[in-house]
Amino acid sequence: MIIGFVLLAAILIGSALFVVTSSRPVHGIVALLLNFIALAVFYVHLNAEFLAVTQILVYSGAILVLFVFVIALLSSGVDRLHLTVDRLARLPIPSIALLAALFGLFLWALMGHRFLEPSFHAMAVGGTPAGIADAFGSVGSFGTALFTAHVLPFEVTALILVVAIVGVVALTNEESRR
Amino acid sequence: MSATELNATIALSALLLLIGFAGLILRRNPLIALMGIELMLNASNLAFIAFARWWGNTVGHIFAFLVITVAAAEASIALAIVVVVFHARLQTDLDDVSGLKG
Repeated sequence: MIIGFVLLAAILIGSALFVVTSSRPVHGIVALLLNFIALAVFYVHLNAEFLAVTQILVYSGAILVLFVFVIALLSSGVDRLHLTVDRLARLPIPSIALLAALFGLFLWALMGHRFLEPSFHAMAVGGTPAGIADAFGSVGSFGTALFTAHVLPFEVTALILVVAIVGVVALTNEESRR
Repeated sequence: MSATELNATIALSALLLLIGFAGLILRRNPLIALMGIELMLNASNLAFIAFARWWGNTVGHIFAFLVITVAAAEASIALAIVVVVFHARLQTDLDDVSGLKG
């Protein structure tokens, strides 16, 4: 259990670091794929089977393919996608100060904040962590919750997706831009 | 799920969010900045799902599902903007796209 957690955490952190430090976006995409798959494994470990499958389908199947298409579209013949000097090299002192401040914030949250203390659950509603049923995280329990108590967020999701589709078509349509 | 495991998962989620944010603000390649945003959204999802497991409550799963949907919409629109800007100006540097600067 511990070994699995440490291994997954190492893969997640290592691939995330590779994504943000990669010089070419294609390399970053491969690392991002590894990150998403490791996250899906983590979700299975946390009893969220449906969301693990959704993670693979939507992120690895749709979003990453979109990234790959855009890179193929932009870098055809032109090799200018990785030529820029980044802020860390151009503005080293503000960048390092900002990173140090962020890391300090992270350490503060880790050490001092009470949501990370073991007694956190005793302070919140309910007292102790709830036991989970066998169906927790399955398609059945997820669908029941989504289509009964939380049907309004589900409908708003449909609106968001329609707006996204219309926006993308309007943005990239040559004739409508003139 | 023990409290130690929850703490470790939340700490991992915070670290992933930090890495994604650093990528978003330090890189000037728009595609890698977008990947930083995706990392941040995934980190928040991890926290949602860890707390859902901790409380045995499905609402965290609903929220994570909505975040995934919004991430898909956001990625498609942002990539469309990158393509339009690249075709109009032939540049993919976030600092040079300053046409709206007052």
